[in-house]
Amino acid sequence: MAVMGKEERKLVLDPFFNNNPIALQVLGICSALAVTTQLKPSFVMAVALTLVTGFSSLFVSFIRNYIPNSVRIIVQMTIIASLVIIVDQVLKAYLYSISTTMSVYVGLIITNCIVMGRAEAYAMQNGPVRSFLDGIGNGLGYSLILMGTASIRELLGSGKLFGYPVLTLTSEGGWYVQNGLMLISPGAFFIIGFFIWGIRVWKPEQVEEA
Amino acid sequence: MQDLINILIKAVFVENMALAFFLGMCTFIACSKKVETAIGLGFAVVFVLGITVPINNLIYKCLLQEGALAWVPFVGDRLAQFDDLAFLGLLCYIGSIAATVQLLEMFLDKYVPKLYVSLGVFLPLITVNCAILGSTLFMVERDYGFVESTFFGVGSGIGFALAVVALAAIREKMTYSNVPDGLRGLGITFIVTGLMAIGFLCFGGIQL
Repeated sequence: MAVMGKEERKLVLDPFFNNNPIALQVLGICSALAVTTQLKPSFVMAVALTLVTGFSSLFVSFIRNYIPNSVRIIVQMTIIASLVIIVDQVLKAYLYSISTTMSVYVGLIITNCIVMGRAEAYAMQNGPVRSFLDGIGNGLGYSLILMGTASIRELLGSGKLFGYPVLTLTSEGGWYVQNGLMLISPGAFFIIGFFIWGIRVWKPEQVEEA
Repeated sequence: MQDLINILIKAVFVENMALAFFLGMCTFIACSKKVETAIGLGFAVVFVLGITVPINNLIYKCLLQEGALAWVPFVGDRLAQFDDLAFLGLLCYIGSIAATVQLLEMFLDKYVPKLYVSLGVFLPLITVNCAILGSTLFMVERDYGFVESTFFGVGSGIGFALAVVALAAIREKMTYSNVPDGLRGLGITFIVTGLMAIGFLCFGGIQL
């Protein structure tokens, strides 16, 4: 981290807790909830999203002075969509089974508001290097929540982490009874709700006005 | 006919876009503070989904699918030999969604100004709503035909509208309740949505 000044480090680290895209900015929640039943797809999703956010911010920032204001959304969309197509093709080629479990959610990175939000809010006004760092930072902040949710859901829901059994299930002669709530969609809502609660108890300045 | 109604019912209740697939969550959470805005958003989503899903269905069936270009006169046979263009799907779908929304905006502004004013800011915002692109991708994945995809599009729109209006009504009531500081706003909204999703689970397995 020696090459980074204070400002740059702040760009990468701020989105972790101080300005988390999911917990504070309310961006990119859809995929955060949908792929988190297991750690493996969530990890792939997190990496994919971090890369797409980083590079889309980079490219948008490169051409920011040439984009006419009226068509900027479409230009950003095209850049993002092209990046997502690359990710999609790479996943299909090398990680086919995971790409089928994630089905439409890879494609939905395009409309993931984090990517769009960072391109629009940061990359349009700032230089390429900073935009790239900002994109990566926000991607990592998103990954943090994603991995946290996924580990709770996989551990309590099926007694495994990354597919390796941690708690032996009763169906296999162990002691742990599966918690079905964690595997269905509402479980994810509760966990993220409690995450947000946790972060706001720790950092009271994020509490919303009544 | 029964098949079609079945698709519609399924899209509204069983496979609710917002509560079962988590699509369009950002708008779902952000625009559900008041019932009025929620209704506006709901109408806009039904409208756009009902139009874009069939359009994207045509794009997929007539342009992108493997061997889809065979209908072109004279050069069709030769074009049909090309590999399938399905990898360009994402780019085309999002393009057509953005274009449709823009056209719809201009059309409504000119001919139905009342509706245009009431939909207001939600129309352009819908371009980046994952529920729209999501329905298109589900339509492609499930290989629906043109009529089926129309019913599916309208159905998922109604489902989303239903969920967002219900959440808005709950949130309006909740302003009077005593929520712990850290949970206020976003946190409690997530938990309420989770409870609603549990409620919607009871529709599971409905078949006509």
